[in-house]
Amino acid sequence: MGSTSSTLLKIPNVEVLMQETGFSPAHIIRLHDRFKALDKEGRGHLCPQDFGAIKELAMNPIGDRIIGAFFSPGKETVDFHTFVKILAHFRPVDKDRPKEPNSPEPINSRSNKLKFAFQLYDQDKDGKISRDELLKVLRSMLGMQVTEEQLESIADRTIQEADLDRDEAISFEEFRKSLEKVNIDHKMSIRFLR
Amino acid sequence: MQGLSLLLFITVANEATTDLSVTGASVPPELEVSAAPAGTSPVASRYVPEEYGHPGIAQARSAEEPAAPSTEDGESSHQHGGGGYRIVQWEWSYVQTPYIIASWLLVASVAKILFHFSQRFTTAVPESCMLILLGLVLGAVVLIASKKQPYQLDPGLFFLFLLPTIVGDAGYFMPARLFFDNLGAILMYAVVGTLWNAFCTGFCLYGVKMAGVIGELLWGLMDFLLFGALISAVDPVAVIAVFEEVHVNETLFIIVFGESLLNDAVTVVLYKVYISFVEVGPGNVYTADYFKGIASFLIVSIGGTLVGLIFAIILAFVTRFTKNVRIIEPLFIFLLVYLAYLTAELFSLSAILSMTFCGIGCNKYVEANISQKSRTTVKYTMKTLASIAETIIFIFLGISAVDKSKWAWDTGLVVSTLIFILVFRAVGVAGQTWFLNWFRLVPLEKIDQVVMSYGGLRGAVAFALVVLLDKEHVKAKDYFVATTIVVVFFTVMFQGLTIKPLVKWLKVPRSTNRKPTINEEIHERAFDHILTAVEDIAGLNGYHHWRDKWEQFDKNYLSKLLLRKSVYHKSELWEAYQKINIRDAISVIDQVKVFVRENGSGVCLDLQVIDTVPGAKIEEDLETHHVLVENLYKPRRQYQSHYSRHFMTVGEKERQDREVFQRNMHNRLESFKSTRYKRHKKDRSQKKARRKGSDAKEQDTSDKPRRNVSWQDKGCLPN
Repeated sequence: MGSTSSTLLKIPNVEVLMQETGFSPAHIIRLHDRFKALDKEGRGHLCPQDFGAIKELAMNPIGDRIIGAFFSPGKETVDFHTFVKILAHFRPVDKDRPKEPNSPEPINSRSNKLKFAFQLYDQDKDGKISRDELLKVLRSMLGMQVTEEQLESIADRTIQEADLDRDEAISFEEFRKSLEKVNIDHKMSIRFLR
Repeated sequence: MQGLSLLLFITVANEATTDLSVTGASVPPELEVSAAPAGTSPVASRYVPEEYGHPGIAQARSAEEPAAPSTEDGESSHQHGGGGYRIVQWEWSYVQTPYIIASWLLVASVAKILFHFSQRFTTAVPESCMLILLGLVLGAVVLIASKKQPYQLDPGLFFLFLLPTIVGDAGYFMPARLFFDNLGAILMYAVVGTLWNAFCTGFCLYGVKMAGVIGELLWGLMDFLLFGALISAVDPVAVIAVFEEVHVNETLFIIVFGESLLNDAVTVVLYKVYISFVEVGPGNVYTADYFKGIASFLIVSIGGTLVGLIFAIILAFVTRFTKNVRIIEPLFIFLLVYLAYLTAELFSLSAILSMTFCGIGCNKYVEANISQKSRTTVKYTMKTLASIAETIIFIFLGISAVDKSKWAWDTGLVVSTLIFILVFRAVGVAGQTWFLNWFRLVPLEKIDQVVMSYGGLRGAVAFALVVLLDKEHVKAKDYFVATTIVVVFFTVMFQGLTIKPLVKWLKVPRSTNRKPTINEEIHERAFDHILTAVEDIAGLNGYHHWRDKWEQFDKNYLSKLLLRKSVYHKSELWEAYQKINIRDAISVIDQVKVFVRENGSGVCLDLQVIDTVPGAKIEEDLETHHVLVENLYKPRRQYQSHYSRHFMTVGEKERQDREVFQRNMHNRLESFKSTRYKRHKKDRSQKKARRKGSDAKEQDTSDKPRRNVSWQDKGCLPN
């Protein structure tokens, strides 16, 4: 398509973006179109309300947290680069990518995927999932008929299982360790974004 | 077992009465003969029985009732009676027809009950298999009892009554968005795939015949092409019956199922064209006729669709005014959908296409317009009827197989047909998928392709079409009938039985030996939700420029025309209501200046209020797992087929959606209340200036959540 290259040129720093995220030009364009569709007022960046307009997200128990993950702390807008970078977390892992020792870890590495998930739990960004944060997440993921008592015992149990240094909170390392048997590549990748 | 004995009794009684009277002319030949005289074009239309509507006389049309002239019966009983008043009379001829129909339905239903007694059995063996086996047994019983076979799957009955029930149910409950998302793939498989199958099978069979593997007789190329056409179409009845038990993912299901519905146009055209070629004689076919065939295809398919859409509009429009006649609302739906089918048949267009698109088109508006009770009624009735129709079809397939007089066996033909349809289906699917994956958002993997080719089941439609063939023009009819029976049995039974283990086997093997820890369970579920959300944000399934345009058009014109006024305006009302609510709540906040604690659900989101429970009990692993498993919300894309003849999937998902939605909306309310609260603390002047702006912003914020509410009001879930 003739418009492909011209659209690409309109996006600033698109080369760098593709390099960092590993998306192909076709994907970048698609995501750019999606970005524009979400950005109904054409401001060039997204705010939480734009995400809120996606009605399926209202049906997602942790939808609002995920929306929050797009916004860096303190910022109230998301520009295209950030948008694409966050989405790049969900690319399937490139199995045949040459491992250059000096290049930074790709965004969609297993570790970075886990970091993204960790941030969803750790809302106050102190590097640990406290009991209260865990309770909040559990509350949103469990049905209404679960009582407070049950909720708390589940949270306690969870922390007990994962907490290795006995500080009543789950650090990122403990989080990663508790999920070592889970195929993160499979569970946190979207086929399409290959 | 009582069902069986009941049936036996009825059969024997029936036989006894028929024997009493003059030999009932054997029914099937009558059917076939009357198909021919109506001219060359009649086979184009499905079978239109001539004796339809003869009151009192056993209807020859339906093979269930043997053609016993009632007058004979009456006379014989009168003769037996002699004079005087008879206290009790045997009024068999009077109730014969409805009695037999009702008994068959009863037998079918009782059979279903009996099957479900053994849970282990039902999970392994699909119901369709068992029904066919039951049919075989019954057929054998009847054959032994009476030496002739009065019951058969009558094409007229099938095409006029049984098939529309199933297709109507399928079309009405078709997930429209999923369907249109995959429409390209569906169309490709339906048209190109069926054509490929038909021609390849036909030509190869001919080639095999020339090579001498198939037996004698003067079977021409046309005969084989005709046979190829009718045997190559994937059958909707069989697909539903088998796939609903297998639970493949919804994309896969919709592609196979959509293909089975849409290939009707291709089948109809090919069938018609070849029948006319065969009748005219292969020597008289000109190239012009081929072009006529292509034109015919376009007319049949597009015409069928248009008829369906017209009826959809009529139906939606009618339901707009049924507020005062709620009790007959379901009747409108059934009648108009059925009429869509019949009208398409009338014009010899594709009836299945018509009914499918009628259902898809009207669903949204009708569901919004009619009352809740009507919705339930429609759902239940359609499912019941479709379930019964399916049962009857399979039982009769079994019974029809037993009648040896109808078929002739040729091993070469049977074996080569089986091989060819399997091979060509696999090749066709592979080729088309390779082509489609260039264009698709989510590519179809190898596993999907295997399931698709394995799931290309042939069923009763092929059988009905082959029985309709005219013996005089198609000399090989009996052989074709036998082959079709074998093919249908093979696909439904063997493939139906093995597809479930195949699907399980092909999944990536997980190490299920260890039980997942609580952490894993929770986090994996969280991941599912994250993925679903990211898919929504990235617009994976929803991104269509044209869909946006269509929704605009729909909102501005169609909905105004077809939706009831109150429903159309409801969403605006709701928005206004919410606006007022929120404004009140905000004013309360302003005065109180604390976070509002939610009381409704007993859940408290205020951090300060949650006190740590001293000495929390440590539950058993099992207990915790149990609670988690029971209560964790499921992510939206659940791998479940949408059709189930046995269960109505209600309640659970809706409850979850409602709870999650309420919670999310409340959280959003909280969050912008809190931002508003923070703003109060800032400089007054700044606040004043920004207040104008923030007010507008808050309107926005409060608007956006509420926009989400509007769809919920219509009582239907987001597609």
